Amino acid sequence: MDLTHLYHQMLRARSLESVVAELWASGLISGEMHLGTGEEAVAAGVVTHLRDGDGLSLAHRCSPALVVRGVPLVPILREMLGCADGLAGGMAGHMHLMSKDHLATSSGIVGASLPVGAGFALAADRLRPGAIAVSFTGDGAMNQGMALETLNLATVWSLPLLIVCIDNGWAITTKTGAVSGGELSQRAASFGLVIDKVDGSDVEAVYEVAGGLIARMRRKSTPCFLYTGCPRLDGHFLGDPLLRQAKDPLGEGRATLTSVTRAALTRTGAGIAKRFASATAMLSIMAKARNVATRDSRGDPLRTARETVKRRHPDALERIEAEVAQEMEAAVLAATGSEQPHDA
Amino acid sequence: MPEMTFGAAIDEAIGRAMAADDTIVLIGEDVPLLRSALFARFGPERVMAAPISEAAFFGAATGAAMAGLRPVVELYMIDFMAVALDAVLNHMAKVEAFSGGKWRCPVLVRAPCGGGYGDGGQHGQTLWGMVAGIPGLTVVVPSTPADAFGLTSTALSHDGPVVLFEPKLLSAEWLRFLGSGGRTTVSYDVPATGARGDVDLQSRVPFGSAVVRRHGDDVTLVSLGVGVHRAFEAVSDLEGQGIGCEVIDLRSLRPFDVETVIGSAGRTGHVLVVDDDYREFGLSGEIAALILEAGLSVKYGRVCLEGTLPYARHLEDQALPNAKRIGAAVMELLSRG
Repeated sequence: MDLTHLYHQMLRARSLESVVAELWASGLISGEMHLGTGEEAVAAGVVTHLRDGDGLSLAHRCSPALVVRGVPLVPILREMLGCADGLAGGMAGHMHLMSKDHLATSSGIVGASLPVGAGFALAADRLRPGAIAVSFTGDGAMNQGMALETLNLATVWSLPLLIVCIDNGWAITTKTGAVSGGELSQRAASFGLVIDKVDGSDVEAVYEVAGGLIARMRRKSTPCFLYTGCPRLDGHFLGDPLLRQAKDPLGEGRATLTSVTRAALTRTGAGIAKRFASATAMLSIMAKARNVATRDSRGDPLRTARETVKRRHPDALERIEAEVAQEMEAAVLAATGSEQPHDA
Repeated sequence: MPEMTFGAAIDEAIGRAMAADDTIVLIGEDVPLLRSALFARFGPERVMAAPISEAAFFGAATGAAMAGLRPVVELYMIDFMAVALDAVLNHMAKVEAFSGGKWRCPVLVRAPCGGGYGDGGQHGQTLWGMVAGIPGLTVVVPSTPADAFGLTSTALSHDGPVVLFEPKLLSAEWLRFLGSGGRTTVSYDVPATGARGDVDLQSRVPFGSAVVRRHGDDVTLVSLGVGVHRAFEAVSDLEGQGIGCEVIDLRSLRPFDVETVIGSAGRTGHVLVVDDDYREFGLSGEIAALILEAGLSVKYGRVCLEGTLPYARHLEDQALPNAKRIGAAVMELLSRG
């Protein structure tokens, strides 16, 4: 598969996320919104290898992989808008999107995508030899018992399960390194999974490495673990208070700063050294939050892919972007143009 | 008497208890951010960020409590109790019985709960009926900042495990964090008297003590958490039609204040349970059983959540008990005689 096709899928995924971000900001989508911005290269590089009969088990940032898998955009958007003709009739929302036709599911419970993926792999092994399953997970989720148990289960049952671990460095608003021991891919290796690593910002590399693992799994049922890293471009969720406070300490962060300062100066409490340790930890986490890449900045994998396409296939770029813009425009029009949820 | 938000009242009670008792440690995901004031005041050894490993840190809280600490352990939301359930159901709740009463397990579980802001069926459940079904636990559900403070304070001097439910719709901090995320384009039907109110910092609310929020002779509305406020919204309309409504705020589920509920039910002869939790096999059925066991013959009904909580806001509003459904259910009860 050439880069133009992969970039096309990445751009489709990103464009949907951008639309969702706007709908969320305007209040048309309720609750939390965990975008998969930054993960598009992993989604495109892995999911384009899937065929009919392969299972896909996703976590709470599920839309990029679903878009690449071919789940129609309008029902996804209609679901997020809470409409009766959404993917689940307004029952699921963005964290729990599933499509039986694509054997694809997602979950808002951290870590749950692994055991469900193992079940998809078991069914593939018994019912559809040659088919496989893929679980997407984050780095934070690798501390869940059910995730570690699945590493073991996949090995002892020789499941054709590819676990794609997307390490963005954060476990919600805590740095993953501060709450994780050892190295994540070594955990998988210790359980006997075949491990590989790839830069999750490099879509061609992801495509190649994932392709190697998946081809191997189709020949001989064996679990694999692909460790990738990529930036989390929109925080844990849209409106992430850590980002808001870190980036605007005198605006959004002022109330927090005031209460923290007052608390730090309260007479009763820990000694000065421990309070200092707290302050240092908080400043360090704020500094890290301030330094993460954002959409369209230099660390954005979509931008990197676009620059490569522009260099190698200058003629294709315009065509792809026009095509995606047209697809997205039509989807948004179809999703927002007709009956609204309250009329349903 | 200071005025406080619901969440701040709980934080205040925890902060005061931590200052007085060095054995209290606060454990949970993201607590350096979520409880930044406590983190700044008490340091990282007493306000500890946990990995996303509820099964492990709830189990560890159980062991730590058995060995001399007094952990306050936080869930992001009660839905995630599913991941920690073994520690709560099979360990924390069993220590007293399995030690022949010689050993206690003083853990406070702080569990945000409930919907009303469109977060879907894995993030908006209440599950208090399921949790209160576990012997060995104390289970409390405040509906005002004053009770949130009073029940938290009582819990922090109690010897056994306590699960404190914090309805997110009453907690401005959670609504900002999970619901609006800095947006001004969304709004929620927040009961004002539940979200903010005066807090007596000396008060302690005893476990197992319901409170009659309003007296009336015709029908008893039994509720808790957000439901108490929804009952009140319905009552103003019903009173206009000359129907006297008694509103009981349970506050504690385990232990349960049978006396207050039975006393009122016996007087009015009509009982309506208003419960954000699932209708079947839970709190509302338990209340019916208690009334039967007391030998009362009353007209009984319930307004509860009848299935998986929908994500779509308009569907969610219909699924959760609201004034309209409560009013209609009261009229239906009274029509039975």
